[in-house]
Amino acid sequence: MLQAFEHHPKDQNYIVRGSSCGLCCTTVDDLSVFRGGKPIVEKVSLHIHCGEITALVGPNGAGKTTLLKAILGELPHSGSLNYLDAAGERSRKPRIGYVPQRLDFDLNSPVSVMDLFQAIKGWRPTWLFPSRRLRGPARDILARVQADHLLDRRLGALSGGELQRVLLALALEPIPDLLLLDEPISGVDYKGMQLFYAIVGELKKEYDLSIILVSHDLPVLVNMADRVVFLNRTVQSIGSPAEVLNHPGFLQAFGLDARSLELLGGIKIVKGGRFEDV
Amino acid sequence: MSELHSLVGLLPFEWAQLEFMQYALLAIILVAPLFTMLGTLVVNNRMAFFSDTLGHSALTGIALGVLIGISDPLWAMLAFAIIVALSVNYIKNRTGASTDTVIGVLSATAVALGIAILSQGGGFARYSRYLIGDLLSITPRDIIGLALVLVVVFLIMLGTSNQLLLASINSSLARSRGVHVGLVELLFTLSLAVVVTISIQWIGILIINSLLILPAAAARNWCRDMKSYHLITFIIILLCGVAGLIISFYWNMATGATIVLLIAVIYIISLILHRA
Repeated sequence: MLQAFEHHPKDQNYIVRGSSCGLCCTTVDDLSVFRGGKPIVEKVSLHIHCGEITALVGPNGAGKTTLLKAILGELPHSGSLNYLDAAGERSRKPRIGYVPQRLDFDLNSPVSVMDLFQAIKGWRPTWLFPSRRLRGPARDILARVQADHLLDRRLGALSGGELQRVLLALALEPIPDLLLLDEPISGVDYKGMQLFYAIVGELKKEYDLSIILVSHDLPVLVNMADRVVFLNRTVQSIGSPAEVLNHPGFLQAFGLDARSLELLGGIKIVKGGRFEDV
Repeated sequence: MSELHSLVGLLPFEWAQLEFMQYALLAIILVAPLFTMLGTLVVNNRMAFFSDTLGHSALTGIALGVLIGISDPLWAMLAFAIIVALSVNYIKNRTGASTDTVIGVLSATAVALGIAILSQGGGFARYSRYLIGDLLSITPRDIIGLALVLVVVFLIMLGTSNQLLLASINSSLARSRGVHVGLVELLFTLSLAVVVTISIQWIGILIINSLLILPAAAARNWCRDMKSYHLITFIIILLCGVAGLIISFYWNMATGATIVLLIAVIYIISLILHRA
């Protein structure tokens, strides 16, 4: 057991939650992204533990999306990304599942949920022959996010919440080492949002997922996240939600004071204007 | 091919006995799957404006061919269409924002330049056949060429259409699934450039884009998944193609335009039924 802890010995906040092993993790090591010679994201180093939701917060222009794109390999960057298994060995590049922000696609597209599955899983073009072999597995994967009844629906006919659940199901096939949720519920109604996060919480435990969640919704972050990373070009603060909320620069960066945040999201302030973990 | 050819001759109609009609029919049978594969993607990936520009740029291609002094301008047209395809691709990836204006400027410039060069000395009328196209002028050699293009495009689409579908939904999502978005889009735009350019001599610059867009646009009003979308698009092109060929023969009209008119009628019907 002790051996397994060795790759993050200094981490004081380390907690094993639920049934997850909490021993494997994905590390971002000294990652920087430059655009036109200027750093957009600078020297970011993170340990993203499995079985945990790591929330990435920061004001607009803080470089959250840039960091995600760099992790996805879409933007050139310095530094590296490594997946460490439970023995703490640098095994390989992490397998990444990605749930994008609200999709900007043509709502009239004749693309069904099944088509999307076939496009991802099968070699055979969606237009060639019906691929019945894939229907069973596709339904099973959708069932993970309570969306198996949506298999034959058109993408454009899904509600915002349903669409994001389908995208979540796709990101879980195959089960990734690191799941990136990029403002996954922007524009989704309250009920859809609740269901989405309930499912994410379940999946986190069941599949021992490392999850990075980017969201503007501070109350949601406080309630969902096991760990919060406050990013403003570089990492300003890492810790439990309360620790980050109490960081002197945090509320200022969002143009908020403690009272307005309390009103905004029912986040309780405990003693002398300081936040405390639930 | 000669077997197919003689099969058509067995049909008990006056038009089916004529050699140029037999070739034209074969051409439609080859064009239908080709335009189905490309048209459905053009509509889904919102690239109608782009394919329109490709068609218009053919005028400049012809003009360049004339300037260089080659008798068959097809190669000059192909070369120029590929340059246009590459530059539009580049602009699209570079800015990321709406590229309508840039593509519009490119299109207008290509048309103006083509007309300016071709009309020099008052001889534009010679080239008007490219505006309208003549399906009945198709030769056996053309048909073999068309069949080869069909095979190549089919193979490209076999390998890339799923990836193009993902890219059309969300390019970051596609990249996270290991899709080389730039590469598959490039292969697609090049296929499109080649097919549009070689078809112009038979269909005509003015309506080539309609033949590409309208069938898929009509099919979209009926379909809920990719399979039916492609099947219905294919059936529309094939039926309207054959019907248009026969009607244009008896009424002595341009074949390409007749076909497009029929497809436009189908589109309007699909629109009315869809709204109803």
